[in-house]
Amino acid sequence: MKLSKEPLLRIAKRDEIARPKAYAIRIAAVLLSLIVSGLFIFAVTKLNPIAVYEAMFDGAFGSERRIWVTIRDAMMLLCIGVGLAPAFKMRFWNVGAEGQILMGGIATAGLMRMLGTSIPTPTLLCIMAVVSLVAGALWGIVPAAFKAYWNTNETLFTLMMNYVAIQLTSYCVALWENPKGSNTVGVINQATQAGWFPKIADQSYLLNVIIVMTLAVGMFIYLKYSKQGYEITVVGDSENTARYAGISVKKVTIRTMAISGAICGLAGFVAVAGASHTISTSTAGGRGFTAIIVAWLAKFNTFVMVLISFLLVFLEKGAIQIASQFNLNDFAADVITGIILFFILGSEFFINYRLILRGKEAGK
Amino acid sequence: MELTSAIELRGITKRFGKKVIANDHISMEIRRGEILSLLGENGSGKTTLMNMLSGIYYPDEGEILVNGNPVTIASPKDAFACGIGMIHQHFKLVDVFTAAENIVLGLETEGKLDLKAAAAKIREISDKYGFVIDPNKKVYDMSVSEKQTVEIVKVLYRGADILILDEPTAVLTPQETDRLFDVMRNMKADGKAMVIITHKLHEVMDVSDRVAVLRKGKYIGDVATCDTDPQKLTDMMVGRATTLNIDRPEPKNTVPRLEVKDLTIYDALGVKRLDSVSFTAMGGEILGIAGIAGSGQKELLEAVAGLQTAEKGASILYRAMGQEDNAVELVGKDPLQIKRAGVALAFVPEDRLGMGLVGTLGMTGNMLLRSYRKGHGFFTNRKEPEQLAKTVKEELEVVTPSVNFPVRRLSGGNVQKVLVGREIAQDPSVLMTAYAVRGLDINTSYTIYNLLTEQKMKGVAVVYVGEDLDVLLELCDRILVLCGGQVSGIVDARTTTKEEVGLLMTKFKKEGAEE
Repeated sequence: MKLSKEPLLRIAKRDEIARPKAYAIRIAAVLLSLIVSGLFIFAVTKLNPIAVYEAMFDGAFGSERRIWVTIRDAMMLLCIGVGLAPAFKMRFWNVGAEGQILMGGIATAGLMRMLGTSIPTPTLLCIMAVVSLVAGALWGIVPAAFKAYWNTNETLFTLMMNYVAIQLTSYCVALWENPKGSNTVGVINQATQAGWFPKIADQSYLLNVIIVMTLAVGMFIYLKYSKQGYEITVVGDSENTARYAGISVKKVTIRTMAISGAICGLAGFVAVAGASHTISTSTAGGRGFTAIIVAWLAKFNTFVMVLISFLLVFLEKGAIQIASQFNLNDFAADVITGIILFFILGSEFFINYRLILRGKEAGK
Repeated sequence: MELTSAIELRGITKRFGKKVIANDHISMEIRRGEILSLLGENGSGKTTLMNMLSGIYYPDEGEILVNGNPVTIASPKDAFACGIGMIHQHFKLVDVFTAAENIVLGLETEGKLDLKAAAAKIREISDKYGFVIDPNKKVYDMSVSEKQTVEIVKVLYRGADILILDEPTAVLTPQETDRLFDVMRNMKADGKAMVIITHKLHEVMDVSDRVAVLRKGKYIGDVATCDTDPQKLTDMMVGRATTLNIDRPEPKNTVPRLEVKDLTIYDALGVKRLDSVSFTAMGGEILGIAGIAGSGQKELLEAVAGLQTAEKGASILYRAMGQEDNAVELVGKDPLQIKRAGVALAFVPEDRLGMGLVGTLGMTGNMLLRSYRKGHGFFTNRKEPEQLAKTVKEELEVVTPSVNFPVRRLSGGNVQKVLVGREIAQDPSVLMTAYAVRGLDINTSYTIYNLLTEQKMKGVAVVYVGEDLDVLLELCDRILVLCGGQVSGIVDARTTTKEEVGLLMTKFKKEGAEE
């Protein structure tokens, strides 16, 4: 008989883990990731890792302006994450946030150009918000309706809707080109600032924070305490249970995707009216995908999403900073953020499982 | 006859997490030329123990000896090297392959695949032990019992001489069970060692030579089958004296509650699942529904609950308690419309977590499933469901850390208590249950039987879809037998016999739809 030896490592599921221990594991993961990426930095670039980390921090929080840009970008990511939360909670794989953002962005930019001179900014902002909500909602309803009535695959459908939105954006950019031949829309209403988010307490981006944080709190309450939020949970858990309880899966699917698309559309509004004041095919810039990570990592808890959005934006800003400060190429910086993310995600494994070495008893 | 030891277990321990000890220092012996029944309630660790022999789990502590030599079984491959073959509850066959193709699948042999030689060897094995098997039949054309035969021949083909059968009779009719037992006796005579895991005590008495009992992960002991009886075995399993009688009061004041007429259902693939089914469920009685798995039980209950679309001409009339003159037609209504029509219908579906409950939510969240629409506000009211959750937890003794602990992480028995508790709390006029005690321990099963009888005495029409004929005969007042989607008979449970019901279960077998 040829038999294998006792396996060297075995995996056992933990039944429960105390909260402090879980956080200890997470903190250990972050520290470990800093050490490993420090080794990487030193091995590849011969730079002092501490200096590199300082530069990362500097890139994100080095000056008041940088702090506000970090906040602005984190809010943008959070807004999309909040929009994706109900869809993913329903287990509807909405990878179409990019398109939904662009649709909201096009609507905002179009109105800003068209009505900028004729309507006072507060009224214009309200109109733009509503229209961008509707535009995003439409982009969400289409794949949802197809899924509900003909059971199409929502991942492919939402993904392809992105390309339609990108093409529409290209068309609008060509249409609204300014100055001619630049192949960009340029900053809209630069002189009048009509339709731009107003400064609050002398801060350009405070309104972004207010809007997004309101949404985050509202979504938390909606998912947790409302009847509709309950229906989303049931449909996401089991469609059969939903049907058994008399919940119309069709209706919930379409309604939830309308909400999800609408909030992503509003993110487009915030991006255009509250940040860039222009529109291009890169207005969404991949954030529709990054926000999926935000939503899942936070397990759809919008307050945890705030933390994760900041972490991701911090890593991004830090990477840009070290790339320029130390003349590293972007890839080196990406490797570092990759290592840090890998450890943070990997720590979840050690929170759910533990390893047993050969010869060790499983009890302890 | 001299019985030699095939497997000896010494101090085998397996833990899941820190709190759950599935097997606690178990030492026992499996002998050649003997059929050993491994008996124990659900969660007592039978399957875990056998999974360690077949290489699925690895023991945390202890030693396994095969033919007196210590061995390490780290994978199913190792198990086969030791001659151990396990027949699982759920078959692992490729539907579009023939029996022979399935049997040779995964065997690494030199040279070309020779299916003819394989078929010859399969016939040889079948003739030796009395299996009925056609090596060239495709699995999708097979009945459950034929599929099981393929699984058994598969392990024999690989040279296993120690066979473990995990609840092999759960899916068989009484007649098929007898045939399986004959084959097992033939294999025993050939000197093979056999372990059978089963819940049905009369089968233990019938087929095994020795019974080993586990309770809560501990080895309680073994007895020769000829020296024991079902009552003694139950006491060993439960750990104290129990009564095995189901209280069955005579039905009184029976009135029609559910009149089903000409119910025909096609599934999404156009296969006829129910064929003009007609019957009446009376308030004040328990109507049992028997049949081989997949004979239309699921479709029948779901049709009443509004989850299936009936063909034209069907009618399901519902009469609430106290309003017997006012019949409500259920055909053509979806679950929400049925609820809005004021129909008090409780339904415990077969797939508890997949249909009846929301696994990620706690007891409170699950109580909410039936009542969350109450009130006009935008928000759910959690006070009442929370109160109900606490009541159910207390009255049915649900073991859970809190009413907010996700129900999917509770044990099967507790999951079922949550579901049954919620459904009964609706004060139903009709209560339908599908396999209400599947996977539950003896005590919980009796709790459920008592709850159903209690409902019956209140005047509720109870529909009980079951698989254990002994229980159906003891619990129900009448038994409706389904065969291939048709009603093959409705019998009086007090006077019928298991054989009669068993024959009705296969009455239309030849021309009837396959399961």
